Amino acid sequence: MLGIARRKVGLGVFSATILEQALQRALTAGSVLPKKYSTTAKEQMTVREALNTALDEEMSADPKVFLMGEEVGEYQGAYKISKGLLEKYGPDRVLDTPITEAGFAGIGVGAAYYGLRPVVEFMTFNFSMQAIDHLINSAAKSNYMSAGQISVPIVFRGPNGAAAGVGAQHSQCFAAWYAHVPGLKVLTPYSAEDARGLLKAAIRDPDPVVFLENELLYGESFPVSAEVFDSSFCLPIGKAKIEREGKHVTITAYSKMVGYALQAAEILSKEGISAEVINLRSIRPLDRDAINASVRKTNRLVTVEEGFPQHGVGAEICMSVIEESFEYLDAPVERIAGADVPMPYAANLERMAVPQVDDIVRAAKRACYRSVPMAAAA
Amino acid sequence: MAAWFTRSSGLARCLFRRTTKMASPAIFGCGLGPLSSDPAMAAPVNGASSAGGCLRSVRHLGSAKSGERVSQVDDRCGDQVLDFPGGKVMFVPEMKFLPASPSERINCYRVLDYNGQTISGSSFPEVGKEVAVKIYSDMITLQVMDTIFYEAQRQGRISFYLTSNGEEAINVASAAALTMDDIVFPQYREPGVLLWRGFTLQEFANQCFGNKLDYGKGRQMPIHYGSNRLNYYTVSSPIATQIPHAVGAAYSLKMDGKKACTITYFGDGGTSEGDFHAALNFAAVLEVPVIFFCRNNGWAISTPTTEQFRSDGAVVRGQAYGIDSIRIDGNDALAVYSAVHAAREMAIQECKPIFIEALTYRAGHHSTSDDSTKYRSTDEIEHWRTARDPVSRFRKWVERNGWWSDAAEEEHRGNTRKELLQAIQVAERAEKPPLSELFTDVYDQVPSNLYEQEKLLRETIKKHPAEYPSDVPV
Repeated sequence: MLGIARRKVGLGVFSATILEQALQRALTAGSVLPKKYSTTAKEQMTVREALNTALDEEMSADPKVFLMGEEVGEYQGAYKISKGLLEKYGPDRVLDTPITEAGFAGIGVGAAYYGLRPVVEFMTFNFSMQAIDHLINSAAKSNYMSAGQISVPIVFRGPNGAAAGVGAQHSQCFAAWYAHVPGLKVLTPYSAEDARGLLKAAIRDPDPVVFLENELLYGESFPVSAEVFDSSFCLPIGKAKIEREGKHVTITAYSKMVGYALQAAEILSKEGISAEVINLRSIRPLDRDAINASVRKTNRLVTVEEGFPQHGVGAEICMSVIEESFEYLDAPVERIAGADVPMPYAANLERMAVPQVDDIVRAAKRACYRSVPMAAAA
Repeated sequence: MAAWFTRSSGLARCLFRRTTKMASPAIFGCGLGPLSSDPAMAAPVNGASSAGGCLRSVRHLGSAKSGERVSQVDDRCGDQVLDFPGGKVMFVPEMKFLPASPSERINCYRVLDYNGQTISGSSFPEVGKEVAVKIYSDMITLQVMDTIFYEAQRQGRISFYLTSNGEEAINVASAAALTMDDIVFPQYREPGVLLWRGFTLQEFANQCFGNKLDYGKGRQMPIHYGSNRLNYYTVSSPIATQIPHAVGAAYSLKMDGKKACTITYFGDGGTSEGDFHAALNFAAVLEVPVIFFCRNNGWAISTPTTEQFRSDGAVVRGQAYGIDSIRIDGNDALAVYSAVHAAREMAIQECKPIFIEALTYRAGHHSTSDDSTKYRSTDEIEHWRTARDPVSRFRKWVERNGWWSDAAEEEHRGNTRKELLQAIQVAERAEKPPLSELFTDVYDQVPSNLYEQEKLLRETIKKHPAEYPSDVPV
């Protein structure tokens, strides 16, 4: 598997020292992995740990899986997602790349054409714009254009959407962009369980997958059941999860907005509105069955997303409900999205450009006729 | 004081030594040696070398006539060495910019002259009768194929075609130097490679007509051939995207430890794309067995190379990224064969990329959508089509060896033409791909929404049979 493995580690003096230090640390620490959880009762897991262990286990199980991206090796990952992997698997399977998204996305696709299973990391999906031709024209369409002769089992992953105070070119949500294209699968994990299960599913999937994480969720800790720790744990692609059951209004959300929606549901429950929160998990394919079943139960819908409103995920969900469950709607669909402006930097402006819990609560109330609808407002 | 004097005299000695030994323009920081006469030497450009950091040498493969030795900087210049990330460099007090265009262009390797005679002193591997005849006859087949398909497009029987006129030697001779294990990532002007590997005229015709026998299931424009079996990746329209793909696949070969390489073809225009630069840089850093083959045919649709780049062609770009590079006469079948043969050996044995720039001329139009007489003179086109034709040049060499004749020529051209016309008729009459092929292969498994759409479509067809075209199978 390692083949002719010769690769100069960095140039000159500096990199050698870093590697030496890293090796020293590894040897003295005794273990090169983040702490392994005992099967009995460790209950919490951060999203970062979830992603790291998922990558580790998949790389261990299949020698064709390899990781490639800027800072994924020596630096342990720009957000430390790939911590310990370089030491464990070596520079053949954890590649630090030159700064060229177009380059390493193209090279990843080429490796996938031949039969490897690359996991390509973008430091943020905003930078994937420099490589989007390879994601769309080389990855998404190849299986179809070649009539099944070329399959592309590649995963593109990285943080997506707004972080905190990083401005317009580091804050856009690309879920709608990639979900637009047939041939791609687009996943948006929220919790640690989502992150682990969906990343494993993405790596094992024969189609190209765009895996949209969220920087602010990396450090968040979630309770997980025992089965999540198992190395064969996997979540199905294309199935949403009902995070909270309810009767009066359906709230769909993905990624960080799921947390906001759950907070909103808690506030709403105190006012007598029982909200059902759906964690979409998968934007393409969209779990239209789950969404429609929920709307047929509650008769009201609020879609929540961080991205820009026009041509967004909420627009697609709304259309799906109109096509399949129109007669079940008791109120117009409410769409909550980011402000239609490039993300401003100043903290106060940024707060207003991204949906907040209050926005979701107000939208749910509007849908339940507890307040005046938007159109009638003065 | 004494120390200062010693140091500066040492520097003076260094400068004197360098300026007298060098014939080429002085390069800031290090001595750049002229071309070595030893064609077997191929050291990569290396900023951090072993000899006290003072030596930086560049050698090219090729039949350069220069016999001058590479200049060496004395160890006594150790005082004038700077140690930065990237390795040691000599410093010089005089400020000199590297010239944008060197006084001499990089030389071009060739084996046969215009009369098809081997040039004395040329080095090339032996090419036996069987291989030579197959190369030549495949070049003719390619010519015939191009003529007839082009005509078919003009007659409205296919929608589009792209010829390889003038690049037959590049197509076939390069393929002949490879094995079936080597993976090909083409641009679109390399059907000759597929032809060499065994793609039949019928298979070419099926793709152009987009019928149900097309391996592409009728999903692509004509000339977008692809064959898993022959290790030829499906042609993709965007320019230069195949170059990083080739590097990625070469990386896979390296990880598998396979004794094979990848080869990727692109034109002079393709070297302007970002993908080209990213791929070359990556290949050098990752050290993978890939051959970059640039078909510098002078034109990118209507853009001549003078408007494409200002560097000395593409070969210096390979060198700039730290890749062993060579410039060859692309209309000389033996030179192409020889260079690709050597490149493959080096790529596989030493697990590194090689860059080949083949100078040639696009004797035909860019495609059937182009009329090149609008931007270049018909005299120029005629000249390259006749006096500089690679096919007739190689023919002279093959005939001189007694392996070909006029009779063989007539017979082969006639047979190929007949076979091709027959193949076109068959392809034209064959059924188009069925409706089910509209929905497959988007993903590995047909997703539920497409399954529903197909069902809906079939129901609609059943309800309104008169509206549905009769020549499209369901």
